[in-house]
Amino acid sequence: MNTKTVNQKAWWLVAPVVVLVAFNAVIPLMTVVNYSVQETFGENVFFFEGVKWFEQILRSSRFHESLGRSLLFTAIVLAIEVPLGVAIALTMPRKGPWVSVCLVLMAMPLLIPWNVVGAMWNILALPDIGLLGHTLNAMGIDYNFTRQPLAAWATLVAMDVWHWTSLVVLLAYAGLSAIPDAYYQAAKIDGASRWAVFRYIQLPKMKRVLTIAILLRFMDSFMIYTEAIVVTGGGPGNSTTVLSIDLVKIALGQFDLGPAAAMSLIYFLIILLLSWIFYTVMTKDEQS
Amino acid sequence: MKRYAWLVPALYIVFVLLPIYWLLNMSFKTTNEILGSFTLWPQEFTLDNYRKIFTDPTWYRGYLNSISYVALNTVLSVTVALPAAYAFSRYRFLGDKHLFFWLLTNRMAPPAVFALPFFQLYSAIGLFDTRLAVALAHCLFNIPLAVWILEGFMSSVPKELDETAFVDGYPFWRFFVRIFIPTIAAGIGVAAFFCFMFSWVELLLAKTLTAVDAKPIAATMTRTASTSGYELGLLAAAGALTIVPGAFVIYFVRNYIAKGFALGRV
Amino acid sequence: MARIGLKNVRHSYREHPAADADWAVKRLDVEWAEGSANALLGPSGCGKTTLLNIISGLLRPTEGAVFFGERDVTAAPPDARNIAQVFQFPVVYDTMSVFDNLAFPLRNRGVPAAEVEKRVREIAALLDLEPMLMQRAAGLTADGKQKISLGRGLVRDDVNVIMFDEPLTVIDPHLKWRLRGKLKELHQRLRPTMIYVTHDQTEALTFADQVLVMNEGTVVQSGTPVELFERPRHTFVGHFIGSPGMNVLPATFENGVARFAGHVVEIATPLKAQQDGARLEIGVRPEFVRFAKSGIGVRILKVADSGRYRIVDTVADAEPPATATIIKLLVAEGTALPSGPAFLKFDPAYTQLYVDGWIAG
Repeated sequence: MNTKTVNQKAWWLVAPVVVLVAFNAVIPLMTVVNYSVQETFGENVFFFEGVKWFEQILRSSRFHESLGRSLLFTAIVLAIEVPLGVAIALTMPRKGPWVSVCLVLMAMPLLIPWNVVGAMWNILALPDIGLLGHTLNAMGIDYNFTRQPLAAWATLVAMDVWHWTSLVVLLAYAGLSAIPDAYYQAAKIDGASRWAVFRYIQLPKMKRVLTIAILLRFMDSFMIYTEAIVVTGGGPGNSTTVLSIDLVKIALGQFDLGPAAAMSLIYFLIILLLSWIFYTVMTKDEQS
Repeated sequence: MKRYAWLVPALYIVFVLLPIYWLLNMSFKTTNEILGSFTLWPQEFTLDNYRKIFTDPTWYRGYLNSISYVALNTVLSVTVALPAAYAFSRYRFLGDKHLFFWLLTNRMAPPAVFALPFFQLYSAIGLFDTRLAVALAHCLFNIPLAVWILEGFMSSVPKELDETAFVDGYPFWRFFVRIFIPTIAAGIGVAAFFCFMFSWVELLLAKTLTAVDAKPIAATMTRTASTSGYELGLLAAAGALTIVPGAFVIYFVRNYIAKGFALGRV
Repeated sequence: MARIGLKNVRHSYREHPAADADWAVKRLDVEWAEGSANALLGPSGCGKTTLLNIISGLLRPTEGAVFFGERDVTAAPPDARNIAQVFQFPVVYDTMSVFDNLAFPLRNRGVPAAEVEKRVREIAALLDLEPMLMQRAAGLTADGKQKISLGRGLVRDDVNVIMFDEPLTVIDPHLKWRLRGKLKELHQRLRPTMIYVTHDQTEALTFADQVLVMNEGTVVQSGTPVELFERPRHTFVGHFIGSPGMNVLPATFENGVARFAGHVVEIATPLKAQQDGARLEIGVRPEFVRFAKSGIGVRILKVADSGRYRIVDTVADAEPPATATIIKLLVAEGTALPSGPAFLKFDPAYTQLYVDGWIAG
């Protein structure tokens, strides 16, 4: 099945994609790179500064802390969303009227603009007037996400799980649907147990789709900005100040285009590196 | 054990619906009531928020703008991605692995700092404040996504299927449309929905590249959040309404996504 | 191994079938002998896959019963019927080695490890899979994978019947004949009951002792390959089998004599009684038509070279050219074609009369 034929003319099939994406990628990227190596004193006057900004950022403990928070957040969120998403996809109905109901309802969190998601969860979590906050406190749990870092983290995680698990579900479900019946029939004939069917048929066949889901969630959760800033604003203090929040603070708050651009590039390179590692690991067998 | 399996999606749906119920709850309240007290349903039920949205042109035009550029982008992205995904799936060519990964890297850019360069680019080509501009700009992240998803599904279709069709005398395009595409229906459904979704919720570029004419709904909503204080009721109503178009889309593609389950394909 | 029987089986995919066309399989009564090699032959959509799935238990028939030997298995699920099925495209467990794939059905039934090892190696030797036993199944070519699929069916010694659903579809042509030979060899060695579904007549006729020809949900004819060839019971069988297919010529039958284009034709299956309004046809295979000094006057249209013989297309002089039926015949390589006026003679033993498609008499 992996016998691809060599065919350089395939480039014609790929050309439209390359044009549209490169147009939007290369030119803006070059602009950013440009800024990242320059100093500005306002009034559009730029001085070339080389790698000064990069060094400054890479040395700062502030950067290390935000980076750490981002990594932690991503790890927690992936560990919850992926297994949960797969489990839901496996147990969802596959035929009949409930299919539509499930799909539409599960798609809803994905469709809400991220600032509204943030605002919703912000209100939800408020101790006195929010459904979540009020209920938790009424049950005796001392919950106040504006003051307790742990509560803030929990709220962020809950919000992300609520918002994005459906993405994993939809991808996994579609992946499952693409498995031809013959495999299940053969497994039945072979007397395979439910667990064996999952392990030897479903999971391997969902591998590609899961790779996409994991990479998407990794990238997006690492870059999370809008929802996070609206819910916790990076606080209390800076306990939930993840990398992107920090970046925007520097860029907008201090009008330092240089360090901000440099930081984005570092940010981008980190994501690139980690994604590349993920990608290589998960598609290892197919490379051979 | 199998009998209780339905609990998993059921519980998840309850979890999903609670904040949405809360959103609907807020949308029928006044901002004062939202901030003032904790009530499970509106004490002073009001349709004002919705009325405002349906009558104020900035609001409903925002919806129309968003729907049009999102639809444009979805169609464009999926259409262009199909042949590319086929190429990646079936052929080896110079630089193919690197190109494939490069596509994904375009989703790795934290948007904040790229806003300005995008603004400059699209102004330079005279597309500022057009829906086309947003549709094109969103290609940056949607096309790679579509290509990746489609390629994943295409690769599980054995190449022998292509060859059998050729042997049977099908011209390529006919094979592609009549046989291949139905086989990867689930992938197309999911790719189309995700393109729609990611374009629909994208705020930054949509705001940056538009001013008045093509202003999307998302931009109007952020304005609400910052200028006249926090008009929560209005925001909630707008938020609730943003779910509607996407709900239609997924309803529309539901048969594609679940297609494999309905057929007994051998 | 067991005798397989289908009694009064009918199947529809619809909830409430009304018209005849709603039934995928129309009333069927079939029996397959123990240890026999059988083929289900027919065009796409004729119901053969449906029938196969009914036998294997993947489908429960709307009406009727399925018997394995004396046992009524209509309600039994596939794993209780002890069957094996090889599908149209290779179904292997990608993540396992070839060995583990073959061992899988045995392990699931709790067979002890030593026995598993023995059986797997035995079957692997039979299928020429020994050199790759430890390789990952995903890495094999399509024919290798199909062999694994087949092997999984053969490792179990309690298999009642092995079913094949167009298994050579994705195999390269030059490997097809090798696999076919292997299947025949296996049948002769192990003698399982085999049912082979295909739309390819060569596969069916070379593999099976008994062939069932199906069309639109019914069995049109059941018999040995020779019977199907020499005495097709329906013009459909005549068309479908043989390359080129049987010649079907419009005919009349009066006073005990059959005529085509005015000429008297001697037939093996005359009508017992006159039937008005029915469509009458004469069927004779190109193999049983030859040039003669007298007989039906024809004009040669075209000659195609087909290796050891030539296929000659002719039309009768007596028929108007616009609507004339082409009569094909085979002429051996060395034989000369008539240069002047040509005449055809049909071998009476193999010329049949058909009424509305079905054989007369």
